[in-house]
Amino acid sequence: MSTRIEGIVGRYAHIEIDGKPHRLYFEEAGQGIPLLCLHTAGSDGRQFRAVLNDPLITRHFRVLAFDMPWHGKSSPPAGWEKEDYKLTTGAYTDQIMTVARALGLERPVVMGCSIGGRIVLDLALKHAADLRALVGLQSAAYVERYYESAWLNHAEVHGGQACGAIAYGLMSPLSPDVDRWETVWHYMQGGPGVFTGDLFFYQVEGDIRARIGAIDTAVCPLYMLTGEYDYSAAPHDTEAAAARIKGARVTIMQGLGHFPMSENPDAFLDYLRPVLEEIRSSTK
Amino acid sequence: MIERIAELVNTDPAIMRWGRHLNDAFMVEVGGDQYLLTVRAGRVEAVEKGPLVQRAWRFAIRARADCWEKFWQKVPAPGWHDLFALLRRGDVAFEGDQRVLMSHLMYLKLLLASPRKLAP
Repeated sequence: MSTRIEGIVGRYAHIEIDGKPHRLYFEEAGQGIPLLCLHTAGSDGRQFRAVLNDPLITRHFRVLAFDMPWHGKSSPPAGWEKEDYKLTTGAYTDQIMTVARALGLERPVVMGCSIGGRIVLDLALKHAADLRALVGLQSAAYVERYYESAWLNHAEVHGGQACGAIAYGLMSPLSPDVDRWETVWHYMQGGPGVFTGDLFFYQVEGDIRARIGAIDTAVCPLYMLTGEYDYSAAPHDTEAAAARIKGARVTIMQGLGHFPMSENPDAFLDYLRPVLEEIRSSTK
Repeated sequence: MIERIAELVNTDPAIMRWGRHLNDAFMVEVGGDQYLLTVRAGRVEAVEKGPLVQRAWRFAIRARADCWEKFWQKVPAPGWHDLFALLRRGDVAFEGDQRVLMSHLMYLKLLLASPRKLAP
């Protein structure tokens, strides 16, 4: 009998973020161009397990996925019990650049999904020269509030079950059950109020519509990949954003939903590999 | 389709387990047709078709008949595969006690999607 042990290595980095010390968990695999992956609201870096395990990607890319503070294996900062967690655009962008610098990543490619797909647009505006390329998954400039996220953090509602049910619906009915339910599990494990705190950025504060016209894809190429079954960052939301960004390249991914890398890894990798290959051959 | 929800749910422990703490009645409206569902510990005890007079319910989920028809396809098209997809467009309305609805959201999603098993 031989046990399959993945090549992914997980470690903790001690990094000061937003003026507070953090013990941040991150995973990595591969060598070459740094590819920093940003998970969705209320989840963690396990969503990128298939990208980290893909030999066709890791032979040219050093793939990294960190758990945001408050998420996954990255605990909240000291004193968390005295405050509500609330993500904002400025803090999120600073966090990503701080982590990239702390890990010594030189001009990384940054790929984010959902809230991560939103923040790559802000990274494109503020840090284009420091980044090799950006990949927005389920990327939209704004999504208006269509349900009350306060129910996801309520004493009389099981937060884990409610967050899981929200995530469940955003996936494609064509995605494999095992991967869909694992994606739901990650959501069910989120800390109380964390998904709601991320949604503050996604549904309230992080409206980037007025600014995206200034994105210069000649400085930093921008790829936008969106699953057709997503109704949160729906294909029409991505296309509306891309229509205002000269040079943005859009791919609508058939049969995928809001969590492409996690809900149907094989189908997603078929879309991602050519994008990464293009980035590798056309950028420096 | 909805008339058979009781047998679809009650023979599927993977759905029933999500509703084990739900003991209530709720209304589902398919266009002009009312259906009052009574659930006891995740088991659908009754599906009563209206018109109903002065019956109590905890929450109601209402959509046009053509919306439910698209929702109940074996493999629904994008935008018709989840209650919240309809909610974002305003094609479904949630009324009544949202706390109870949100407490049992996974159960309700699975229960209301169960007629897809009957689709050709």
